[in-house]
Amino acid sequence: MTDLALDPLGLLVVIPLLGALAAFAWPRGATGLSLLVGLANLAVAAALAVKVATVGPAHHALGGWGAPLGIDLAADGLSVLMLLMTAVIGLLVSFTAAAAFAATPGEDDAAARRRACFPPLWLLLLTGLNALFLSRDVFNLYVTLEIVALASVGLAVLSGTRAALEAGLRYLVASLLGSLLFLLGVGLIYSAYGRLDLDGLAALAAPAPVASAALVAMLAGLALKSALFPLHFWLPAAHANATAPASALLSALVVKGALYVALRLFTEVFAPADPLALLVGLLGAAAVLWGSLEALRAERLKLLVAWSTVAQIGLIFVAFALSGTIGSAAAWQGAVLLMLAHAIAKAAMFLAAGRIAEAAGHDLIARLDRATVRPGLALFAFGLATISLIGLPPSAGFVGKWLLMEGALTAGGWAWLAVALFGTALTAAYLARPLAAFLRFDRVRRPLADEYAWRLSDLPPLALALMAVAFGLVATQTLDLLAIGSPLGIAP
Amino acid sequence: MTTAAIYAAAGILLVGIGLYRLVTTGDLLRRVVALNVASGGTGAVLVAAAWRAPPGPTDPVPHALVITGIVVVVSTTAVALALIRRLHDEEEPK
Amino acid sequence: MTASSLLPLAILLTSLGVAPLIFLLREESARLRTALNLAAAVLKVALVAWLSWRVAEGAVYEVRLAFLPGLDLVLQADPLAVLFVALSSVLWLITTIYSVGYLERGDHRSRFFGFFSLCVAATVGVAMAGNLFTFLVFYELLTLATYPLVVHRGTAEALRAGRIYLAYTLGGGLVLLLGTLWLWTLTGTTDFVPRGIVGDLVADHRTALTILFVVLIGGLGVKAALVPLHAWLPIAMVAPAPVSALLHAVAVVKAGAFGIMRVIYEVFGIDTAMAMGLTQPLAALAAVTIIYGSLRALTQDDLKRRLAFSTVSQVSYITLGVALGSPIAAIGALAHLIHQGLMKITMFMCAGNLAEGLGVKKVSQCAGVGRRMPGTMIAFTAAALAMIGAPPLAGFVSKWYLAAGGIGQGDLWVIALLMGSSLLNAAYFLPILHKAWFDDPAGAPATPGRPRIGWMLTAPPLATAALVLAAGLMANAPFSPLGWTRFIVAIEYID
Repeated sequence: MTDLALDPLGLLVVIPLLGALAAFAWPRGATGLSLLVGLANLAVAAALAVKVATVGPAHHALGGWGAPLGIDLAADGLSVLMLLMTAVIGLLVSFTAAAAFAATPGEDDAAARRRACFPPLWLLLLTGLNALFLSRDVFNLYVTLEIVALASVGLAVLSGTRAALEAGLRYLVASLLGSLLFLLGVGLIYSAYGRLDLDGLAALAAPAPVASAALVAMLAGLALKSALFPLHFWLPAAHANATAPASALLSALVVKGALYVALRLFTEVFAPADPLALLVGLLGAAAVLWGSLEALRAERLKLLVAWSTVAQIGLIFVAFALSGTIGSAAAWQGAVLLMLAHAIAKAAMFLAAGRIAEAAGHDLIARLDRATVRPGLALFAFGLATISLIGLPPSAGFVGKWLLMEGALTAGGWAWLAVALFGTALTAAYLARPLAAFLRFDRVRRPLADEYAWRLSDLPPLALALMAVAFGLVATQTLDLLAIGSPLGIAP
Repeated sequence: MTTAAIYAAAGILLVGIGLYRLVTTGDLLRRVVALNVASGGTGAVLVAAAWRAPPGPTDPVPHALVITGIVVVVSTTAVALALIRRLHDEEEPK
Repeated sequence: MTASSLLPLAILLTSLGVAPLIFLLREESARLRTALNLAAAVLKVALVAWLSWRVAEGAVYEVRLAFLPGLDLVLQADPLAVLFVALSSVLWLITTIYSVGYLERGDHRSRFFGFFSLCVAATVGVAMAGNLFTFLVFYELLTLATYPLVVHRGTAEALRAGRIYLAYTLGGGLVLLLGTLWLWTLTGTTDFVPRGIVGDLVADHRTALTILFVVLIGGLGVKAALVPLHAWLPIAMVAPAPVSALLHAVAVVKAGAFGIMRVIYEVFGIDTAMAMGLTQPLAALAAVTIIYGSLRALTQDDLKRRLAFSTVSQVSYITLGVALGSPIAAIGALAHLIHQGLMKITMFMCAGNLAEGLGVKKVSQCAGVGRRMPGTMIAFTAAALAMIGAPPLAGFVSKWYLAAGGIGQGDLWVIALLMGSSLLNAAYFLPILHKAWFDDPAGAPATPGRPRIGWMLTAPPLATAALVLAAGLMANAPFSPLGWTRFIVAIEYID
């Protein structure tokens, strides 16, 4: 244990795990504990980022047993970015959750259960995600994906409504199926190569027919977990019916876990055949289209935001189509930045949507313009998050889209460029719907009570949204950090 | 055809059967069972991967993987059953 | 980095920095809000005056911030930038006073003034952008910041207009984004450099560059309201008067025209653009827009819509002057950037006054308004006559140079175009003036009694009308728009 206690890589797994257990055992202090653990986790992640930025990629063999037998934890630029993203968003979401689930006099059992259950589930999710971003072998990736999935299902059904339970069950089945496919791929890989660690597999690089089958199985599993069209069917209901903080975590972070694994496998282990890359890209393009059209039709605000996730994830998958071309480095950079951008902006948007729904008493878009109470800061945060999701400068979404489009342009992929442009236009179209409702006032009968008095719980979405919009100002530094250890074949 | 290949083929068949049932049934309980069948198939593929030519011992690593996989499936099944039960309770309030 | 090289940043921050403060103000704190607004606007004008002085002396200002590897955000203050910055900062000050008066009893004033400041910041950013990428950033910010102002009234009509406005401007922004990205992958830079940056590529990438030109002009043409991308402008007139005045007569359309100028002079370079045969079609398109806008203006009864179509027409003088390629026409075009802004903002403020004070929104209701609101109508008359091109007012000066440039190059059709356009200008403005001054009010006026509008509504249009007069009378003074324009043309045309 001594080496674990001192190494940031080990700490990133141990701290949230112990926190989750403690929060489960001690419900009364769970909320405070989750904030404390979130802070500690952020501090360790930041320390690791500094270490990686100054010394280079970090590596740690648990218990002194290295690969291929033991479990290796390792962090390069990509891992560090993902860890930081998780730590920052998670902490801010737990602040909102602490406020949203705070004890009120005369509350029912469900409210008390939400308060008691959110912290341990969130900390378990954090454990899983941290371990996922640090894992360097495919089996550990499987296990961590599973931890993430179980914690997420718990979060998805936290609201306890019937719709949420049904959606959660569907999510569980889809996720388990995804895991099984992934595990099948792991088995195939092992039978072909006799090892499971990413570095060892990358070094082998001798393509076997079984390897392609394994890649297909694993990618299918990951596509299911990251809701790539047409395997997205579980996502909208699961994300739209959860409580706002849970939706924020699911949409911002959980989906990125599977996406991250797909990125790693695609770029570091396999050199996938062109048709497969093309297929993934095409499905991504279809997701952009379908997700956006559904978002255009969605009747509820949270459902719209959830469908937008399907579309945005699709755009990230478009980068896969450019792998192996001269534009691939820029496209992968774009994909990573789009992941960060979507995570930050979507977390802000779900938190803000939750607050808006609470203030209006419902989240039907068509009736939002009749609401007499309009929570100013939350609406502002929603608007700012919109800027980043559309991808207007200088937001995080803009930088990601710019790089992705640059990759497409240098590779001569005009069709992918068109997808990105068209997707942008569609995003603007569906996100303009709720914004227009917030700005309409002629259908309000009573005098309007603009709620300028803000609450503490409005600050996390606002902070996230500001982060998303101002992100462009640190884009260079982010790309420098990403290039450390050259993940995704990005040269430093 | 080697023994291992037969096991692997049977495993993949089981995965196929499980998947087929999973998408064709609407019943929640049946879905969970179908998933368990599919996971049994995955396990079989892994066990087949452990097979080595007779003089040598079998590879223990896939066995460890299968055991972990079983643990995962058991716990996920438990969560799924708990959720189904909650839904059931909602339908028939006491 | 010396203190004075931060001057462009300071000019940007006077409006960008004040916006969040205004957002956070409570609705009731009207005095504090007005004080903040005016202080920022006055400070900006002072800083811009200093900047112009220094730039005239030959000082060079540039601020760079790395955005992506090889791609910087650049603010600089070349004479062309100063021209546009000076216009927007002076008009911001005047319009702020007007807006305070106009919105005295309105709702959501913090929101309004916050976004108003953001718009000015975006305009200043557009003006001082040192490369096409930075230009794009502020061009998009301008779209975002104007949308809440267009829908400010919160009615179904306003929201419909807002939707169309967003569709056009975001679409244009997207096309411009594509063009910027393409330019960057082709040349590895997007910097604005006098005489252009693509000259070396013409031999190898002629087709690509031609398409790129079309893409860039297409993206910019939306805001510049070139036919057939102009439809948003008349619809956006549902916005409150100060918004129509500053943004849709000056900031937004000028941002488009200014961008076209930058693309032709400093991305392609006027020689390259002419050698590739790109300017003639653009000049033709501008000519069509000039005539089309005027013809549509003739038939509009709604005063603001008539003014809007007139804007469509007048803004294209700028594009025309640039696309003709002659330095003398360019002087006319650049001077018109300022002159048209002064004239049109005057007329929109007057239209706002008529609507506020008398409830007059249509041309047909204008009978006798001159006697009821003489101050407003004197300003309107001056601006309208200038627009028609009556000497010695500002509009005459720009038309004179445009025509001279056309003759100099042997493009005699320009004379016909300008004459035709001026006749049309007269045909849609003179009836208004005649009605206002000479007709007796027929029937009961829309709002009987004395108009109750304060000095804050009357003084601003009179002030801009005085500037229109001054720009024409003192066209040869050193810091007049025309004088400054000659300075710019010397840079863009002479190595």
